[in-house]
Amino acid sequence: MNIAWYLVVSAIIFCIGVTGVLVRPNPLVILLCLELMLNAANLALVAFSRMWGNSDGQVFALIVMVVAACEVTVGLGLIVAIYRRRMAVNVDELNELRG
Amino acid sequence: MSAVLFFIAAIGAITGAVGVVMLRNPFYSVLALVGHLISLAALFLLLRAEFVAAAQVVVYAGAVMVLYVFVVAYVGGADEPLHSPGGALRALAPLFALAVAVELCIALLGTGLTAINSRGAHYVFGFGTPRQIGQEFLTTFLFPFEVASLLLLMSAVGAVVLARRRRGLEGTDEFEDRFAAVPRPAFTGTMAEGAGIRGGAGTTSRPAAQERPLGVSSGDPR
Repeated sequence: MNIAWYLVVSAIIFCIGVTGVLVRPNPLVILLCLELMLNAANLALVAFSRMWGNSDGQVFALIVMVVAACEVTVGLGLIVAIYRRRMAVNVDELNELRG
Repeated sequence: MSAVLFFIAAIGAITGAVGVVMLRNPFYSVLALVGHLISLAALFLLLRAEFVAAAQVVVYAGAVMVLYVFVVAYVGGADEPLHSPGGALRALAPLFALAVAVELCIALLGTGLTAINSRGAHYVFGFGTPRQIGQEFLTTFLFPFEVASLLLLMSAVGAVVLARRRRGLEGTDEFEDRFAAVPRPAFTGTMAEGAGIRGGAGTTSRPAAQERPLGVSSGDPR
């Protein structure tokens, strides 16, 4: 398959992720949609790495996976902390800094 | 053959992504994401990125998703409406997503990279194997590698600090104490009895006040 096909799939997944972040009110699902966007970027990176025959893109993809894992850990910790304080797990209601 | 595999994996990945956004229960969203990640690993394999595909399945679909499942089970993944009632901006959200899609289409169609219409560079044996990736990480990309390990450590510590039980906040919680202090008749099979925390019959002491030091001592490494 041509590299362009992989890029098309990557673009579609990225747009689906953007839609999810904008539409869903639940922070858990928003984190999942962020994962979708990061994975779309990963697919593009690996596709370009294949295009050039150079493995630097794959190293970059692995670093992106590490950063995504960190982001998920901290994000889920925040959600658990919000839940512990008996606040609604909903980004529409969590719009104040005073907590 | 590779075209058939590509379309199966691509359709699986896109279906999983749509499932993440459209399913109402967050638990099913997580499961859809697992399917998406595994399809994406198949795409990585088709692109000859063996190590990235393996890491995707083991680290992402394995470890990170388990974290998600635990948190969804803890927070309680109740069904929720897909669209919250309020918010004029939320009605515009699909429009913004469409704008991003149009931009990406323009970027793809108007690209000056002629090589994306080829099947990629000539495959050299050993491309994308753990041996090559490891060599890259320990020679060319040693500094990002070390920074990544530091970042992982920081996020692990940060998550524990964020999600730990705060005694200052929960100890003053009147709601919890009031309900825990209701004297229940003895030998009715409450959990506190089973744990041997409550004293004799008709004890009016507050079990919550006794449970809390016990919970702390159970976290003690001794």
